Amino acid sequence: MEWEVVIGLEIHAQLATKSKIFSGASTAYGAEPNTQACAVDLGLPGVLPVVNKEAVAMGAKFGLAVGAQVANRSVFDRKNYFYPDSPKGYQISQLYFPIVEHGSIDIELEGGKTKTIGITRAHLEEDAGKSLHEDFHGMTGIDLNRAGTPLIEIVSEPDMRSAKEAVAYMRKIHSLVQYLEICDGNMQEGSFRCDANVSVRPVGQQEFGTRAEIKNINSFRFVEKAINYEIERQIAIIEDGGKIAQETRLYDADKDETRSMRSKENENDYRYFPDPDLLPIELDDSYIQAIKETLPELPHEKKQRFITEHGLNSIDADVLTAQKAISDFFEATVNAADGEAKLSANWMQGEVMSALNKNSIDISECPITPELLGDMIKRIADNTISGKIAKTVFEAMWNGEGAADKIIEKKGLKQVTDTGLIEKVIDEIIANNEVQVEQYRSGKEKVFGFFVGQTMKATQGKANPQQVNELLKAKLKG
Amino acid sequence: MSLEKSDVEKIAHLARLSISDDDIPSYADNLSNILQLVEQMSSVDTNGITPMAHPLSESQRLREDNVTELNQRDHFQQIAPATKNGLYLVPKVIE
Repeated sequence: MEWEVVIGLEIHAQLATKSKIFSGASTAYGAEPNTQACAVDLGLPGVLPVVNKEAVAMGAKFGLAVGAQVANRSVFDRKNYFYPDSPKGYQISQLYFPIVEHGSIDIELEGGKTKTIGITRAHLEEDAGKSLHEDFHGMTGIDLNRAGTPLIEIVSEPDMRSAKEAVAYMRKIHSLVQYLEICDGNMQEGSFRCDANVSVRPVGQQEFGTRAEIKNINSFRFVEKAINYEIERQIAIIEDGGKIAQETRLYDADKDETRSMRSKENENDYRYFPDPDLLPIELDDSYIQAIKETLPELPHEKKQRFITEHGLNSIDADVLTAQKAISDFFEATVNAADGEAKLSANWMQGEVMSALNKNSIDISECPITPELLGDMIKRIADNTISGKIAKTVFEAMWNGEGAADKIIEKKGLKQVTDTGLIEKVIDEIIANNEVQVEQYRSGKEKVFGFFVGQTMKATQGKANPQQVNELLKAKLKG
Repeated sequence: MSLEKSDVEKIAHLARLSISDDDIPSYADNLSNILQLVEQMSSVDTNGITPMAHPLSESQRLREDNVTELNQRDHFQQIAPATKNGLYLVPKVIE
């Protein structure tokens, strides 16, 4: 039987405020346990939550960026459950009147097609603390520093039809929240994570199959693997005549499988009700308009501009706008390189990205500044160095040996464009390699590469490759 | 709507309340009475009326995003039954 996969994602993004959503405690990551958990975060009796203005503004900003309605009135509710990392016995969230509803975002599919993914809603809520299960002689350790950190939970429509689409959507949201500067996007630190609702149904069937929810996935790779595992698991069960249980599952990255969480935690009876400690949030139209005016250039707008302004193709523009820091670096490079956009795009996606990957560092830590890179690209564009030699220059710059011009000078890397000199080298090579010359002339064109290699070797790679090609072709004709 | 014994037990469990079997009938009565009142209110036509989120018809005042709380961990942890290395210790939560 042919199966269709149906996926919806719930993404939790920590909002980049300085203080918590309902208290004045710091949200900074990595502090000593419980040093940033105040009386409100601890849920001590008699405290009153007061809403952080910036968290509300960030929520509204997100809504406007996905073309959603930002509610004039939204209400906080209590979601009741007991777990030690949530000391109040409830999480403050927004169920009935969320701050954001009815948005959407486009994702790019393979083959250059786009698909619109609906965003049902996004609501403000507080994060829970952390439980540590090791080394406490049968006890669990609780760190409440994270409790009360503002989150925006972004709920998609069940619009995705493969793990790849789910990952593409998650990346889009990840990119967007960083552009908006409402979330640092740090997945290792848990600032950005998601739950995936996965079900399958026979192709052509209207109603959805029973879904399983995979909780707390914190990397793009795991999202794809967890969903793919889950799809296979569900199809196998149904094809064996079984039924899918609606349940919450956890993804175990070590074993690459999902497994059911114990049934007690599935007891989803949260008894939501409006939080009597908090009044409704009212945002008037002029406030929403003012927030709209603070929106930066969004990824899809930037992508379009890169295509028209810098003449990039759609794929290059996509890669270079996925991360704001990368797009800023690229534009600064183009500027420094006097508008050499295509060369800059190639170098960004080639040497720069692979060097960053190899050294496991972020673009913000790149030892080469856009100005240095741009200056080097200018030297490629004006034929001072070849693209191949530029790799040597790039490496030297990476190792802190200074600007391109200095390196070219010091290492004698200047390209040889003197036709007479190159001809002389080629003449010698042709004279010394009669066998290959014969082969070439009798139609074995592959041998051409041999001559290019020899010429480059004789000039220490400094001969202008284009000139070498032209001169060799002419001379080998005989 | 009137509540059964099992409803009361479930509600008590969700709220982590320990109640004695002897008290269950009176809880069931009292809670059922409250629900009857709610049913009465439900019969009123509320079409087009925004549900009240709070008895005060005010909107939420917002706070500036500033860190105003100092570290008072030692103070707070004086009342905790068990702590270690700055963590609050609770009975093991089974994963």
